[in-house]
Amino acid sequence: MADGLTAHAGPHGDGQAHHPDLQHHFQTLGQQQEAATLGMWIFLVTEVMFFGGLLMAYLLYRVWYPEAWVEGSLELNIVLGATNTVVLIGSSLTMALGVRAAQTGAQKATVGWLLLTMALGLTFLVIKFFEYREKWELNHIPGPNFTFEGPLAPQMQIFFSLYFGLTGLHALHMIIGFTLLSVIAWMAHRGRFTPEWYTPVELSGLYWHFVDIVWIFLFPLLYLVDRTH
Amino acid sequence: MYYAIFGSLMALTATTVAVAFVNLGALNFPVALAIAILKATLVILFFMHVKYSSQLTKLICGTAFFFLIILFGLTLTDYLSRGWFVAPGGTAGAGTQLTIGPAAPPAGEPGAEAGEGEAAPEP
Repeated sequence: MADGLTAHAGPHGDGQAHHPDLQHHFQTLGQQQEAATLGMWIFLVTEVMFFGGLLMAYLLYRVWYPEAWVEGSLELNIVLGATNTVVLIGSSLTMALGVRAAQTGAQKATVGWLLLTMALGLTFLVIKFFEYREKWELNHIPGPNFTFEGPLAPQMQIFFSLYFGLTGLHALHMIIGFTLLSVIAWMAHRGRFTPEWYTPVELSGLYWHFVDIVWIFLFPLLYLVDRTH
Repeated sequence: MYYAIFGSLMALTATTVAVAFVNLGALNFPVALAIAILKATLVILFFMHVKYSSQLTKLICGTAFFFLIILFGLTLTDYLSRGWFVAPGGTAGAGTQLTIGPAAPPAGEPGAEAGEGEAAPEP
């Protein structure tokens, strides 16, 4: 980075050459990275609470209407759900490897892993689309056209509201993550990251893993727990 | 090491899917939740590098789960304990479940009895 240092030394007038990606209110790149990571974690805490509120609603209605939750679990496609779990955890692996590649300065590998992560994220969304379409065809979307055979219909509508609320917001996070990664991959392609500064890769990684964790909880709670009752 | 974590996550996913087909009664929910928490812990510690992060980052991460437990814990202590004790003049079922759906006019109302009375003499 000798070129960057000299190029950035001039206009300051204080004679202090530094890394081009070091903001002036930080003393070292390490400190800057630490602050950025901490800020991202604080954001993720608010995200945990955001999904936490919805999960609280899920828990409460599950306590109230256990029969509807049994029916609901059986309505969901466990094969597609499990496939999506594998796809998403796989994308977390490729994301972690992408961050590792950025950290070690392997530019081509960084771009490759990021693109693979995006491809897996897209696979998840496509599978989710087919799941939603099946629910649409069965009129299982809560609303005036909701139909469900049997006496549990009103409770089932609550189950499906929570199902679409939770998985829909999760899918929205996936779309945001996908957009984020496309920008990061472009930056990596342009050679914007160095082993000294790869903060955007690290932070998008944290976001992507968080979205993965949300699904790790949604999959058993929606698809699995009440299956055998 | 990332591959080993991925392998563990896959194994845990297979376990939780397999267990879902076994009726453990009341245990199904805690088992599935325990596996999910274990998987999330692996992701947080290794994929998200919290194991190698500063104490401050660990603390912030911990607060998320601390407040989550308060949210779930305090809410459920209310809802789950409703009907345990009956106040003078109250009923044991008060507030335990929200009744929704059509039909089922409250028992004892004239409309409900009249409805049954009409249906009964038919055969």
